[in-house]
Order: sequence, then structure tokens, then C-alpha cells
Amino acid sequence: MIQPAKPDLITVNIDGKEIAVPKGTNVIEASRQAQIDVPHYCYHPKLEIVGNCRMCLIEMGMPAVDPATKAPVMDEATGKQKINWVPRPVIGCGTNVAPGMHIKTTSPMVKDAREGVMEFLLINHPLDCPICDQAGECKLQEQATGYGRGYSRFIEQKNVKPKRTVLGPRVTLDDERCVLCSRCIRFSRDVAGKDVLGFVDRGSYSTLTCHPDHKLDHNYSLNTVDICPVGALTSTDFRFKMRVWFLKQTKSLCTESSVGTNTVVWSREGTIYRITPRRNDEVNDTWMTDSGRVLYKAVAADNRLKSDTALDALVESAAKLLKAGSIAIVSSGRATVEEQFALKKLAAAVGASVSLVSRTGEGDKLLLSADLNPNVRGALVTGLITQLPSAQLTDLAADIDAGKVKTVLTLGEDLTAAGLSAAQLSKVNVIILGTHADATTAAAKVVIPTLTAFEKSGTFVNQQFRIQKFAAAVPGPKGASDDLAVLAKLTAAVGSQTPGATVGTIWNTLAAEVPALATISYANLPETGLLLDATAWQGLTFVEGETLHFKPAVTV
Amino acid sequence: MNLKPETFQRIDEVITHYPVKRSATLPLLHLIQEDAGFISDEAITWIAEKLELQPINVLEVVTFYPMFRRKPIGRRHIKVCRTLSCALVGGYKTCDTFKAEFGVGLGEVSACGEATVEFVECLASCGTAPVVMIDEVLHEKVDCEKAKQLAAQIRSEAAARK
Amino acid sequence: MSAPAQTRIIFKHIDEPGYSNDIECYLRNGGYEVLKKAVTQKPEDLREEVKKSGLRGRGGAGFPCGFKWSLVDRKSGKPIYLIVNADESEPGTFKDRYIMHQDPHQLIEGTMISCFANDVKQAYIYIRGEMPEGARILEKAIAEAKAKNLVGQNILGTGYSCEIFVHRGAGAYICGEETGLIESLEGKRANPRIKPPYFPAVLGLYQCPTIVNNVETLCHVKHIIDIGGEAYTKIGTTNNTGTRIFCVSGHVQRPGYYEFQAGTITMGQLLNEVCGGPLPGRTFKAVIPGGSSAKILRFGERFKGKSRAGVEYDWGVEDVPMDFDSLAMIGTMGGSGGVIVMDDSVNMVEALANINAFYQHESCGQCTPCREGSLWMKKISSRMVHGDARPEDGQLLKSVADQIPGRTICAFGEACSWPTQSFIGKFKDEFDGYSEAKKALPADRRVLV
Repeated sequence: MIQPAKPDLITVNIDGKEIAVPKGTNVIEASRQAQIDVPHYCYHPKLEIVGNCRMCLIEMGMPAVDPATKAPVMDEATGKQKINWVPRPVIGCGTNVAPGMHIKTTSPMVKDAREGVMEFLLINHPLDCPICDQAGECKLQEQATGYGRGYSRFIEQKNVKPKRTVLGPRVTLDDERCVLCSRCIRFSRDVAGKDVLGFVDRGSYSTLTCHPDHKLDHNYSLNTVDICPVGALTSTDFRFKMRVWFLKQTKSLCTESSVGTNTVVWSREGTIYRITPRRNDEVNDTWMTDSGRVLYKAVAADNRLKSDTALDALVESAAKLLKAGSIAIVSSGRATVEEQFALKKLAAAVGASVSLVSRTGEGDKLLLSADLNPNVRGALVTGLITQLPSAQLTDLAADIDAGKVKTVLTLGEDLTAAGLSAAQLSKVNVIILGTHADATTAAAKVVIPTLTAFEKSGTFVNQQFRIQKFAAAVPGPKGASDDLAVLAKLTAAVGSQTPGATVGTIWNTLAAEVPALATISYANLPETGLLLDATAWQGLTFVEGETLHFKPAVTV
Repeated sequence: MNLKPETFQRIDEVITHYPVKRSATLPLLHLIQEDAGFISDEAITWIAEKLELQPINVLEVVTFYPMFRRKPIGRRHIKVCRTLSCALVGGYKTCDTFKAEFGVGLGEVSACGEATVEFVECLASCGTAPVVMIDEVLHEKVDCEKAKQLAAQIRSEAAARK
Repeated sequence: MSAPAQTRIIFKHIDEPGYSNDIECYLRNGGYEVLKKAVTQKPEDLREEVKKSGLRGRGGAGFPCGFKWSLVDRKSGKPIYLIVNADESEPGTFKDRYIMHQDPHQLIEGTMISCFANDVKQAYIYIRGEMPEGARILEKAIAEAKAKNLVGQNILGTGYSCEIFVHRGAGAYICGEETGLIESLEGKRANPRIKPPYFPAVLGLYQCPTIVNNVETLCHVKHIIDIGGEAYTKIGTTNNTGTRIFCVSGHVQRPGYYEFQAGTITMGQLLNEVCGGPLPGRTFKAVIPGGSSAKILRFGERFKGKSRAGVEYDWGVEDVPMDFDSLAMIGTMGGSGGVIVMDDSVNMVEALANINAFYQHESCGQCTPCREGSLWMKKISSRMVHGDARPEDGQLLKSVADQIPGRTICAFGEACSWPTQSFIGKFKDEFDGYSEAKKALPADRRVLV
């Protein structure tokens, strides 16, 4: 594991509490560390600071010094150094801590300022919470509770602005709800690199929009919905599907590429409704791709595999083939670390060769890497493979043609897509542990339906060699079994000792046998993951180019 | 973009005034409006390309500054000052007089196509209130009588043109 | 005591018969001699003279010019820019217009001296969009000066080069705010920047150190370098050095611009003697002393207190000296020198409604209190005039205004709320009783909103 460097610390006083925070921290973040909430709309930890909402106004003071001698000026009443308070409130987002800084977040001046801003934000707001998708996760709702007046003094006509504007294929805008915080504009311009959003008109009539020829259609557009503090930007897909407070949140990972974006899966009663990014400052900050958000649709896809045959019977037919020998195993870069390790054990038990199918595309330099498998490095770490995979199973094809292989077991890979012809498939017995029907499952002798990443737990090792865990969000469908359980049963059926049938149990063996994972257990793995020592794989040339928090090793 | 050759020349020249091209946004908008009368959708896209910007960057600017128009106006642009010093000495009446003279509401083009009347904020000539700008010429102490004279002059200039 | 005579330094040639805005006329009148002298001196010595002069910015805030220059980051290695703030737009102010139209070379000379003093190689004159003629005059004047090698490359053979370009605004009051102006000059919406970190002296135009000075301020620089900082302090009064141009508009006999030694004339002298007093049959009711954002003064109110120097005062409006400090002492400001006078024909609710409409129109809309507050105040005051006025509306207006100043990115928060705060503070009865009183107001009174 690699430890980050310790930053310089500065001691500040927030509401009477002394707290040490890293140099360069602003007052909002310093307060957060002291468990003090400074409400805000426009501030976002990953975006440029603009200070326009004025909700985070606080009182700030600095220890007094004599201008001439620079000696501290003492307050005789308290015996402490006198504090020179700035006579007007300052913004917490734009104020960085300085040694000895004093901050008040609950004074009458602060409260008055927040109440004023809240009232102003609501006068032209439609107050249409019953029909607003943001209800339950709306910062206006939240802060109106703390700083609202409870009634309106506004008897004038409210401003009228466009509603239900289609900003792009996935985002719908209600301008009347917009508080003009500009988070979406800054995100799109500075993070996504697509300067498509802006304000037109002026003053209170300012209106968020995009140019008609340049829609908000980039692959990060839904992040604007995530960061919109109010109900202005909503997901066209999720709109009106479900009230958020009914949804269960499960910490998960995006399987779209080797970036390993941290996510939250939102579900209710076994149905997934949406996926949003989960903050990890070392991996994806607070962002994710739009394309990663729709992967859950595979869970309820029409071609989802289910079996009426009992698992034990399926395992028995598979074991029979495995025991006959001449086995090749095609593992997957989509399989978890645990599954890859279990598969390695099975391969050893049946004396099988192992290959992996690579899956590559064009990276976007942000959160989509060129390696579209989430866990190729897991296969390296567990020792399942020692060389980087290729996209075509040419060696295996040759072995089949040479009659060296009689049975192929694959962990969900479509072998035809990986270059095996129908004729080659017909020459061998195919056992597949898979989730969706395809040409390989159609040709297989044994099909054992298994689970998608949303239905099981496990770990992936991303492009940085960071091991990260995810948990099952929804139960698998009837007639599908957990991959690890299947692999354990298969290993037992061929007469070998299984390393464990669950994520929890397999980790005892993993930690004991895999040097890179020696001190880790699934339970104690931090939510933001752990960086593994990757020196053993330095010599390999990985396909990924630079992404948000990843720089490829320089090859000489 | 259909502009006079000298406008293109001036556009290329003015861009050289700035180390960052984006700074030429307002100058280009002025030049195009002077030439074409208003800022069309095409102009916005054209400026964005010329200055290596996104069209939204230009659209944001066009709509922020009230002097830029998205639609054609009358041949003569009558801007009456609305702000306090002018209002104190009859600016509203002056404005009403122009509206009546040309039979238009604010921002509209008169039936004859000759005039558009606008009520604008402070023209910074408060000592000679009420003031009116007709195209680029400032007229001072424009009471109702003088407004009528100016309107008559505009009409006679229009007649002379025909 | 009768009013002192005008001391015309900046406006020396304004309205002078036979004086024209071409360079030959300027040169005949001793023009550019100060620049010729300045370029033989060390820049830091020139800056020292300006500091010594005590010159305070004439744009509205009265910030000491020498101090502003001393804040410039001269070690960044980045170019330093100077921007002439010619976006004269505070209602009631109309001085820079005349300088630019009638004596543009005075501004150019002052600008070149200031550029030389600050090692500036590129200056921009940001002029209001509503002054197209002014822009043309300045462009012509710059071309003339370039032809005489007074602007441009290697001026006067000194090896020093500096270009000046004219940049036109397009109808936004907020461009008078220096960081809004910088954003506008960068080709963006004129949203003022947050300070910290964007202090123009460090991170201004193109993130480079930038000086933004008002037109009149730069003209003063020319005269300071001409006579020396020390001698300049002899004009005007301590802490209010030099001359002050007052732009008087509204209900007086002789509205116009008048230049006096700062601090030497009172409001009463200015309005009654210089401007000829109220219109026939009328009496003064109220005056806004420093542009429409300055807090209003009600004739008849008295101001008592002690100055910072310990001098006691007891003034009526007429007695107040028209300098930055005295006006600040009585709770208003000298601002841009725009004096707007209202007589007893004016209803204060209606006058405020006019002002509120202006500030609402000009709010950039970036930050919440100003954006929402200015529109709300406009909506309330317009409703009072054109619809139903409620007795509680005055207090509501005041309460809305109280939620704005000190909480916004730029001083527009103050500018848009001070009128409401002061009008209601000083004419409370008129607001509280407006719903009844308006029935009795003459139907043919001047419309203000």
C-alpha cells in the first residue's frame, strides 16, 4: 500500500472549536471537518469558486497585532489575543483558512444573511415541490427548513421562464427552478471540456440555456443533474419514476472501463432506478459517464439467462465434462478479483490453460479508459494470468483445431465475439457461467446462469492498481446463481478444495496466498480503495492512456 | 456572412488589438450590428468561429448587453433617457411624444419603417435633460415641443429620400 | 458666505470658444509638455508624486490613486495593463463625457504619463457604448498623438512604447465596476469577480496586474506631474486635494458642471448661488449628492456630530461641505460628483420607483441578494405607483433593502439598496401614507416611473 504525503496543517477556530486543517482549505471544508455545516449552493469542491449564491456567508476575524511592532494585541477581559472581526460577512467558499483565523457560523449576522438569501432565492421560485423530481434531495427544501421564514412576503408576479426545455438527449431543464448557481456551466466547461451551457439575458431574468446548435449531449451531461442543487436540471430517464426517499443506496463500482468509477446504485424492492457517482478524489472525483449510468438496464434485459434446472444438476453435468480433461478456461476481465482467484484454483484442479479476452476502445481522457474491462489487473494480481490479454483467442482456436482442447469453460465471455468460429465451438464442449444469452450460450453444453455486478459483491483492481469493493444492490433473478458459489461447487465436484464460496470466506485464502493482498480483507477495505504495489507488473504495456487521475507509466 | 468589405477589414484589424481573441467579441458585435442592423443567429455562429469560441459564449454576451439587437429596427433609432434626472424634467413625456409621433410602442418598428423608439437608462448627460439619442447624435433638452420638431425632421428626411 | 469662484483645471478648456479637440489646438495650449517632462523622469518618482498629491479616485469610491498604484504586482513578470474607466454611467454624472468630447488629448496625455509611471505597454479606454461619438473622437485623437510620436512605439525617442486602444461597451452600468469592466473587456458578460483572489492589481485583465482609473482621475495625474505632488496638495483641502467637478441636474435654475477646489464649497453655495436656486415658485425638497446610488439628503434635516479630527459640527443640508469626508460623515457619499436635486413637486415614492427600475435593469444577476433584491424592490415600488399601495410597503421595501448591502460580490449591492434605505429612512411618512396621498396628488404631475 502507498501512503499519501502529510499536508501542512493550520489551526483555526470555528465556533469556539480549535481545528487543524490543511493549508489551502476553505472555510466550508474546514467547517465540514469540524462537523459544522455551512450551507451553500454554488460552491462545489471540484469546481472553480465563483461565490455567487452568497449562502455560505460567515463571520471571519484574525488575531489582532500591533501594526508597528507586530506584537499580539491582548484582550484584557479574556487574557487571549484580541480578534479583529471583519465588520461584514464573507463567503466561506472563497475564504481560505489562515493561521489563527476565527470563524463564526452561527452568529446573528450569519443567520440574518442566510435568511435573507433564502428568502431571495424563493421569491421567484415556483415552489412546485409536489411535482418536482428533486424533492427529497433539494438544497432549497433542505435549507428552507433551517433558514426559511415559513411564509412569503412576496405578493408580486413571479418571473416567468422556460419550462421543460430539452437541453440534450438526457437532460431536461426547468428554468424557473434554477438558482443561477452556474455549477452546470462550470462543470461542462471545465471538467467535461464542452463549453455548451450559459446564461442568456441579465439580472433576475438570466436564463440557463445552450446554443440551439450545440446541445448538452456529451457523455458527462448527467453530472449536471447530480450537481444541480435544485430541481432545475433533471434526468430525462429518471424523471417521475420514483421518489428518492424510497430508494435504497448501495455503494458500487462502474464496470464500464478500468477507471473504476465509484458509484451509488439506487434501488427499491429489487429494481434499480438510477446510478450516480460516488466521490473518490483519487479516482473519479464526483463524476461519472452517462454511458455508465445505463449499464443497470442489463439487469432486467430480455435476454437475461435463467435456468429451471437446479444448480447442483448443472454443476454435475459441468463437472463430468471437466473431469474428462483437455480443458481450456476463458476467464474474464469483468470478473471480480474473488472470482478470478477461484477460477485460478479450479484451473489448477483440472489442469486447464487460462486465457482472458481483452476488450478495448477509445478512452476519453476523463473517466472512460481504453481498457473496457474493469478488472484485467485483478487477473494479474491473483496470478490468474501473467501476460496481458488479447482480443482474439487465436491460441485457443489453434488448440481446438489441433484437437488439444475438448472442453472450454468460460466466465461469461462470448467466445464467438472473441474469434472462435461456430465450427470451432461445435468441436468442443462449452461450459459457460453467464448472465445474458448470446451465440456462445446457444452453442454451450452447459449454461449456468450467474449474476451481474449489481447483484453480487466483490472487488475490482482498476488501472491505478487500486483495489476497490462493491456490494450487491439487488438480489439476482430466480434461476441465477452467484458466480463464486458456482465456482466453489465446481471445484468441489472435481475433487479439489475450494478457496471459499463467498466473498467473505475467500478473502482468508486470498490474503494468505496473494502477496499483494497480504494485509487486506474485504471487510476492512476502505471505501475509496487501496493502492496496491504494482512493481511486479511494471514491464507490461497497458492500453490505457491518461485519464482524470491516471497517468500511464512512461515506457522507455 | 454577408458584410461590406470594409467591415471585414475592420474586424480583422480590431482583433489585433487584443492578446486574447475573445476580447474582440464586443467590437465584432458592434461592427456587425452597424453593418447589418442587428445580430442574427448566423452572426453569432460566425463570430464564435472567427474568435475560436463556442456559440454559447457569444450568445451569452449578446443577450447581456442591451445595445445589441436580435431583430431589425426602424431606419432611425430614437433612444429616450428614462433615468431620474431626465424623468424629473419630463423624460416620460418626451418618450410618449415620440411614440405618438410615430404611432409605435417601445421597441417596435413604426408602420412607415422609419423609427424605433426605445426608453433607455441614463445617457450621462443629465445636466441637459431630458436627452434623446437619435442614431448616434445626442439631442439635449428635448421637451415635447422639441421632440415633435425632431420627429418632423425625421419624417421630412425620409420624404426627401424618396 | 458667498460661493468661491470655480477653479477650472480639468475643465479649463471645456466650452472655451475657439478651443477644439484636435491635437494642434491642444499643442498650442501647452499640450503634451508634461508627458515630455515625465518621460525624462524615473517611473517610481512619478508614482511617488501621485502618492504625495493625495489624489483620490474620481470614479465614485474616492480610493487614493497613489495607493492603488502601489498595490500593483510588479514582480509577476506578466505585463501590466492600464484601463481607462470611461464607462461613465452613474445616473447624475456627466463629467467624463465633456473631457472626452472636448479635450480628449488631456485624457490621452494623462493616460500616457500614468502608463509610463507604471511600466504599462498596453492601455485600453473602455468607453460607454452610448458614446459612439466620444469613441470616434478618442480614436482620432490617439491617431493624431501616434502621428506625433506621443503614443505608440518608442515615444519621443525614449525607447518607451505604449499603445492605447478604445474599447466600446454596450449598455451595462455594471461595467463601471472595475472587475466587471475587466470581464467585459475580456469579451464576457460583465459579472464582477470575487475578491479575493481577483484583485485587479494582481489578477486583473487576462490574469495580469491591472490598473483601472477613471477618466477624470487620469487627467488629474497630468496636472500633478505638471506642478508636483506637493503643490497639488495646496489645491483643495487636506485629504480632499485637487479640484472636484460637480454635475448638477434636476430641479435647479442652472444645471451643469462646475469645478471647484475640493472641500471649499458647501451644498447650499453650490445649489443656491452657483446653480441659481430652485425653479420659480418651488423649494428644494431633497438632494442626492454623489450619483443616484448615494444616500439622499432631506432639506430640513440636521446633522450633528464630531469629525474624526474632533471638530464638532451641526449642519443643515446647505451647510455640508461637498467633500468626500464631510459627506461620508453625514451618512452619504461624494461618489462621482453627480448632484441630483428634487424640489417640492416630487413625490418620493415615485422618485424611488424610478431609481429602483434603473438598478434592477442594471444588476448583472450573478449573485443572489442584488439580483433578487433589486427586482423585488422595483416590483414593490412600481406596484405602489401603478397599482395598490399598502401602508406596510415602505417597511417591506426597507427590509428587503437591508438584506442586500455587505453581502454581494461587488458594491452594486450597496448602490441598489442605499436609495431605498435612505428614501424610506428620511421620507417614511410619504411611503407609509402613499396609498392615501396618491389620490390627492395632481393627476398631471410629472411621471417618474
